[in-house]
Amino acid sequence: MNLTTNYMSLSLSNPIIASAGPATSSLDNIRRLEDCGAGAIVLPSMFEEQIRREQEHIDSLLENSSDTYGEALTYFPPLDTHDITTESYLALIEEAVAAVDIPVIASLNGVSDDGWINYAREIESAGASALELNIYLVPSNLAHEPREVEQHYVDIVRAVRSCVAIPLAVKVGPYFSAPGHMATAIADAGADALVLFNRFYQPDIDLSTLTVSSEIELSSPAEIRLALLWVGILSGRIDAYVAASTGVDSADEVVKYLLAGADVVMTTSALLRHGIEHMRTLCQDLEHWLDARDLISVDDIRGRMRHEAAEHADAADRGDYIRILQGYGT
Amino acid sequence: MPGASPVEPDVKAVNLAPKADLVEAERDNIAFFESLPVNDRSRVNFADVRGVQFLEPMFEFSGACAGCGETPYLKLLSQLFGDRLMIANATGCSSIYGGNLPVTPWTKNAEGRGPAWSNSLFEDNAEFGLGFRLAADKHLELALSLLQALALELGEERVNAILQAPQLLESELRAQRIRVGELKTRLLDLAGAGKTARHLLFVVDHLVRRSIWIVGGDGWAYDIGYGGLDHVLASGRNVNVLVLDTEVYSNTGGQASKATPLGAIAKFAAAGKRVPRKDLALQAIAYGNVYVAQVAMGANPQQTLEAFREAEAYEGPSLILAYSHCIAHGFDLRDGMDQQARAVKSGYWPLLRYDPVMRTVGQAPFRLDSPRPSIPFKDYAYRELRYRSLSLSRPAEAEELLREAQRLIEDKYRTYEDFATMETGPTSAEATTAGREP
Repeated sequence: MNLTTNYMSLSLSNPIIASAGPATSSLDNIRRLEDCGAGAIVLPSMFEEQIRREQEHIDSLLENSSDTYGEALTYFPPLDTHDITTESYLALIEEAVAAVDIPVIASLNGVSDDGWINYAREIESAGASALELNIYLVPSNLAHEPREVEQHYVDIVRAVRSCVAIPLAVKVGPYFSAPGHMATAIADAGADALVLFNRFYQPDIDLSTLTVSSEIELSSPAEIRLALLWVGILSGRIDAYVAASTGVDSADEVVKYLLAGADVVMTTSALLRHGIEHMRTLCQDLEHWLDARDLISVDDIRGRMRHEAAEHADAADRGDYIRILQGYGT
Repeated sequence: MPGASPVEPDVKAVNLAPKADLVEAERDNIAFFESLPVNDRSRVNFADVRGVQFLEPMFEFSGACAGCGETPYLKLLSQLFGDRLMIANATGCSSIYGGNLPVTPWTKNAEGRGPAWSNSLFEDNAEFGLGFRLAADKHLELALSLLQALALELGEERVNAILQAPQLLESELRAQRIRVGELKTRLLDLAGAGKTARHLLFVVDHLVRRSIWIVGGDGWAYDIGYGGLDHVLASGRNVNVLVLDTEVYSNTGGQASKATPLGAIAKFAAAGKRVPRKDLALQAIAYGNVYVAQVAMGANPQQTLEAFREAEAYEGPSLILAYSHCIAHGFDLRDGMDQQARAVKSGYWPLLRYDPVMRTVGQAPFRLDSPRPSIPFKDYAYRELRYRSLSLSRPAEAEELLREAQRLIEDKYRTYEDFATMETGPTSAEATTAGREP
C-alpha cells in the first residue's frame, strides 16, 4: 500500500498530520506520534502576544519589588530573560527535529509586522521543516473595510515569504466574502499550502457564574462539511497544496477529505479525545479502507470526488440545493 | 455562590471606588468594627484552626511585601501567646516589617498587654533570646522568693494558690492572671508598709508564665547565627525558636543561604545552587531533647497550629522551621499558600514533628505528618522563577539538577519514614533523659 504523500515538497509517509495543539507540545508525544505513523507534526502555535505576556510577567516578577526597600534593590541575580519563551519554543523545534525523522512543521501566530518576520526567521534557523502561519484576525472593528482585512493577510504572507526559504503554509478561517479569491491571493503572495480551516475563538456564557467561558470545544465530524466544500472548490484550482483540518475523528473523515481533493488531512481533536495512539488507528483504518476496495495508493482516491463535493456550491446549482432542503422536510 | 451580583455583573463582593467620598462613612464602619467585643480567650478552642480564628491578633498592619509568607506565622504566634509573649528578633525582613520604628505592627489588647519585642543584631539573636529566658527565670525566682517572704501578710492560701497554679492551658493562665491581679491590689495596700512588697510589685507579673520566642529568617538560623542557635538549643533551656524559612536572604535582596535548595538560583548562586539545603531539622533532632517541627501553613494549618502549641508547651528548647514563600521565589504571591501545599505534596518540604515527650509515654517521637509525595518536584518547582529561569538559561544543567533534586526527595522521604517507625526516633535512647529545663 502506498500512502506516501507530497506536501509542500515535504515527503510524508502518509497524508495524516497531527496538527498544532497540546498533542504536539512535548517531545515524548512527538516521538509517540511518529511511532504511531503520523505523516508529519505541526508544533503548537507560537503566539507573539503570549511571548510578550510571558516576558512582561517575568519582568514584573523581577522588577515589581525592586527599589521597595532601602536594603535591597533587586531580589534575583541578573537574568537574561530576553525572549525567554521564544527560546523554549525554538528549543522544542530543535529537539523535535533531532528526535524524529518525520517533518516538523512550526506554527506561528504573530501580531506585529516585526513579530511575524523576526519569529519566522528564528523558526527557520531552529531547523523547522516548514512553517505554518496561523493568521488569527477577528475584524471586530466595524470601521475596517473588507479590502483592508484581506490585504493584511496578503501582506503578512508576502512579508514572511520574503524572509524565509522553508515551505510556507497558511491556516485561515472561512469567513471571507470570497474565500476562493482570498485563497488565490494568499497563494500568489507566496504560500505553498492553505490549511482549511482555523477555528476562531467563540465565547460562551456560564450562567451559574455569569462569566464568559473561553474553553474551546473539540471539533466533531459534523463540522467537516464546510471545509469539505472548500477543499473541493480549491484543490487543483489554486497554485498551492490544500490541507484539511476540521472535524476529523476517524479514518472516514480522512477518506472524505482526500476524496474531495485534500493533499493532507490534519487532526488535533481526535488525538485529544482518544489519545495519541489514535493516530495509529487512523493510519490503519485508512489503509484498510483502500485495501477493501483493491486500491493500492492514496493517490487513487485523492480528488476523485472533488467536483461532487463542490457541486452545490455555485449559484447555478441552487436548484439542487432547494431540492435537498425540500427533501429534508418530507 | 457567584462573586458578582446576578443583576449587575460588574458589581462584585469587594469593589474599588474613589476614596474621598467614602472616608467618612468608612471611619464610622471602622469605629463600629473596633467596638465589637473581643472573644473570651478562656472559652476559645485552641486545639483547632477554626477556634484560633476567634483569638485577637496582636500583629497587624505590617510593612511586609503584599502576600508575604512569613507574617501569617507571626500573626498566629501573637494570637496564641500574644499577651505573655517575649520575642527576640534577628535582623532581617521580620525585624524591618516588625520594628520599623517609631511604628510597629506588634500591638496590645484592651488590657494593655501585648508582645514584648526587641531586635539586637543579626548574628547573636539566639543568645539574645536566651538572655530573655535567663532574665525571666531570674525575675520569677525573685518573685517566688519575695512571695514566700510575704506569705504571712498575704495569706498562706493565696500564696500557695499562686505557687502551685498549673499554667499550661489558657483557662489556667487566665486564672493565674486573676490571682496575680488580686495580689497586686493587695501589694499596693502593703507597699507603704515595707520594701519587700514594693520589690515584689516590680516583678509580680513574672508569676504568669512567659512565652519566650526567638524569631528570625534562614539567613540567621542556617548561616550567620547558626553557631549561637546551636549553642542555645544545646543549653536545654525553655526557649522556642521560630525560623521563617524563605530559603534565601530576603531582606538584603535574595542572596543564597544554606537553606537555599538545590537547583534554585539566587544571588551568589546565579547558576543554580549545587548543594542541597542543610537539614536543620535533623541536626536539631540529633540532640534528642529538642522539640522540632517542620511546618507549612498553606499545606496543613492544623499541623502548624499543633506544632506551635506543642513547642510552646515543651519545657525545653523547641525549633520550628516554617516554610515561607517570598518575592525572591518569583511567582505571584496570591498563590502563596497553594504553592506551599505543592511544596509538601512534592515531598520537597515534608511536614514533621519530633517531640521528646512522646518517648516518655512510650510512643515514637518522630512523626511524619505529610503523606508520600504525590506530584513530581518539577510540578512544584517550575512554577517559580528561581527554578524555571535556570531551565531556560541552562536547560541541560537544570534538567540534571532537577533529577538530582527528585532523587534527594525520594531518599529523604524514605529516611524519614524509617525514623517514624523507630521506637526511639533517629536518636539514641540515652538522649531522652538529657536536656529539658535544668
